[in-house]
Amino acid sequence: MLLPRVIPCLLLRNAGLVKTIRFQDPTYLGDPINIVKIFNDKEVDELVFLDITATVEDRPPPFDLLSKVSSEAFMPLGYGGGVRRLEDVRAILSLGIEKVIINTYAAENPAFVSAAADFAGSQSVVVSIDVKRDWRGRYQVYTHGGRKATGREPVEYAAQMERAGAGELLLNSIDRDGTMQGYDLELIRRVCSAVSIPVVACGGARTVHDLAAAIHQGGASAVAAGSMFVFQGPLRAVLINFPTRDELKAAFSGEM
Amino acid sequence: MIAIVDYGLGNLGSIANMLKKVGAAATITADPAVIRQADRLILPGVGAFDTGMRNLEERGLIPLLNERVLGDEVPILGVCLGMQLLGRRSEEGQLPGLGWLDAAAVRFKFEGVNAHLKIPHMGWNELTVCQPHPLFADLQEESRFYFVHSYHVVCADPANVLARTTYGFDFTSAVVKGNIIGVQFHPEKSHRFGMTLLQNFAERV
Repeated sequence: MLLPRVIPCLLLRNAGLVKTIRFQDPTYLGDPINIVKIFNDKEVDELVFLDITATVEDRPPPFDLLSKVSSEAFMPLGYGGGVRRLEDVRAILSLGIEKVIINTYAAENPAFVSAAADFAGSQSVVVSIDVKRDWRGRYQVYTHGGRKATGREPVEYAAQMERAGAGELLLNSIDRDGTMQGYDLELIRRVCSAVSIPVVACGGARTVHDLAAAIHQGGASAVAAGSMFVFQGPLRAVLINFPTRDELKAAFSGEM
Repeated sequence: MIAIVDYGLGNLGSIANMLKKVGAAATITADPAVIRQADRLILPGVGAFDTGMRNLEERGLIPLLNERVLGDEVPILGVCLGMQLLGRRSEEGQLPGLGWLDAAAVRFKFEGVNAHLKIPHMGWNELTVCQPHPLFADLQEESRFYFVHSYHVVCADPANVLARTTYGFDFTSAVVKGNIIGVQFHPEKSHRFGMTLLQNFAERV
């Protein structure tokens, strides 16, 4: 039985792992390698790493750290942050990280998405889309780690990225990030109905029921979450955790 | 020593990394001298069928692989595209495959109740092992493996079907013909399940 993929989404900042709320106020979680080892032991489906300051600090991806991560992780990996050159794509793939995630540079230069897909195959190219509602409640795509509004509408933007060659979309709700209030199902539904490539929903998950809702009600192919897998309890104590296979099976089959 | 055949495609580093973890000696190589001495071969691969065959051809590896696999009967494990290359052809390309198995790769097609299924088949799925084989020793029934593929292999001879997996319908997820083995999934990305499988290949096949 093929279960939807459930993906811890881990944020790198100054070589440490952090968790944000609405893309702000990063809380330090710990050393990335230690946390990767724990997620490895928990046999998670896939891991995504996003270096949340690479673009704004105009840095390339942290290849040395990624190399260490890759040698400790025996599951599929994705990396995003500061990917701006085909050489970055090649270097990331050669480390054993099979998905390269492009965000800001995809918006600035959609042809780069096509070039990356031609080079690596669409299955290796993920476009990450950060979305926030404006004061009128309209959805808008942001870049630069949520700092810069693009004026683009997410549904039309997602379709453009699919045409450009993206093999998958990572759809983040800035408004829900770190809030654990559940996914923005309306946003997920709109984007998923406009594209045929897999959409990974991210932002807001608290329970396995939230994960199931993003799949069954939103139409996402996979789900990602941060806080749910790194915090425990109302005081947000750092505790790496992940649902068991049986819990996920039950949630996705609607038995819980 | 296991030679992981480097023909410019695939997750070579991850395979080497996992073999190292299980204590198997392995080297990533395109050097004919090294491939000639190997007691096992792994043919990895991610990408397009014709690119794979062309890369093997350009590196002059096809006659050498034929000699080692068909002549010396060295165990070989094809992974993902590497499994598809073991067959005669693919709907994805024009070039002939290695032709060691009477098999062809065809694209997933879904209609009716399965029309919603995405291509590629991507994620963790389970196997039904069709015949006892040391590759699957110590692997429990609930073992799961990571798949990413748009084409699947169809064997002309059912005796070559080693395992099947369900995605819309049952497709062949592992093949065998004597010393020739292929898996459609990525053991190098499949936690302890893949680790056990690669260790079995290194020690028991």
